[in-house]
Amino acid sequence: MLGDLTAQVNGDAALVRRGRFVDVTFLVGIGQESWLVSVDHGRIEAVTKGPFVMPRWTFALRAGVDDWRKFWAAEPEPGFHDLFALIRHKRLTAEGDLHTFMSNLFYFKGVLGSLRGRVG
Amino acid sequence: MADYEPIIGRYLRLELEGKPHRVYVEEAGQGVPLICLHTAGADSRQWRGLMNDPQVLERFRVIAFDLPWHGKSSPPAGWREVEEYRLTSRAYVDAIVAVADALELDRPVAMGCSIGGRIVLHLALERPDRFGAVIGLQAGAHVDPYYDTQWLHRPDVHGGEVCAGVVSGLIGPKAADADRWETLWHYMQGGPGVFKGDLYFYKVDGDIRGELQRIDTARCPVHLLSGEYDYSCTPQDTLDAAARIKGSSVTIMPGIGHFPMSEAPEAFLEHLRPVLAQVLSVRG
Repeated sequence: MLGDLTAQVNGDAALVRRGRFVDVTFLVGIGQESWLVSVDHGRIEAVTKGPFVMPRWTFALRAGVDDWRKFWAAEPEPGFHDLFALIRHKRLTAEGDLHTFMSNLFYFKGVLGSLRGRVG
Repeated sequence: MADYEPIIGRYLRLELEGKPHRVYVEEAGQGVPLICLHTAGADSRQWRGLMNDPQVLERFRVIAFDLPWHGKSSPPAGWREVEEYRLTSRAYVDAIVAVADALELDRPVAMGCSIGGRIVLHLALERPDRFGAVIGLQAGAHVDPYYDTQWLHRPDVHGGEVCAGVVSGLIGPKAADADRWETLWHYMQGGPGVFKGDLYFYKVDGDIRGELQRIDTARCPVHLLSGEYDYSCTPQDTLDAAARIKGSSVTIMPGIGHFPMSEAPEAFLEHLRPVLAQVLSVRG
């Protein structure tokens, strides 16, 4: 489901600039699936689909398949329109060392939001 | 000829919590006094749309002030010795009443959003004699914490970025870009720890769940309006509050989020006008 992420983020100069101090690998959990996303100075360096044997990541964002689908809808319904909306309704968990995530919220909201309308 | 807006701003000298303060107050229009209260971590600029609306200004004297620590109202002298800024229900009610008293307002209407929407319920409960009506935007009786607010105030995370980043999703997805980013700019300009300190009122001290049914709307009418995309005070939270305040009116605003007056000023006004008309008709 994260197939388009690299092109979407790296093609958005303003988003890459917003993340210019971000160097991190984070995990996106989509139901039973896991994806590792590596970021280098705001550019997506690699997006790798699991399963993984010994994954290393700084923080993880996990939600169910349907919840992510609704989040990525072109016009998301209330409660599914923002990462914090998902957190508020206990549909998304953010775990691990959240310092980079919280310090760069606009960037990570932009990265995950870049797939809006692109996930069938 | 200078293209001035009708809004005039002045500093008001007030004693609050036993200390001298300079409180920044803006006003526009003439008629029934309407005090407007900003959200947590923001300031009175949020009311710009309302305070520039000719129809509203014909009938209302609209007054918006920055709470101490917010906008142009600096904290009192000695603020750096305060271990942590925390807004309490008591201080909040007292500040609003102090402004109303200083301006000699006759039974003003109090309208607030978010923390302001909560405190107007306290006003209706505690001071129905002093306020002619209250309008609560994004008003609910209580909000459970859903994220760790420690992130909002620590020197190794930029406060402006994180506070605006946290609230950005509370704005409805269709808000105009200019309105969205101006609303967020106010959050980016907040002082260190101020948004977090306001949330102490919102999530802890200002809990009014057990007392809503005691509000007497015959003495102080209550009107609630909430945007459907708000996940801080959800439409359900507002509907629950309205169900417990006998005689209150409630409006859910489609497409709008947590900051109706600043994220969608024109759409908000269309929902507010009938409420203001109702306020005027009751007042006579």
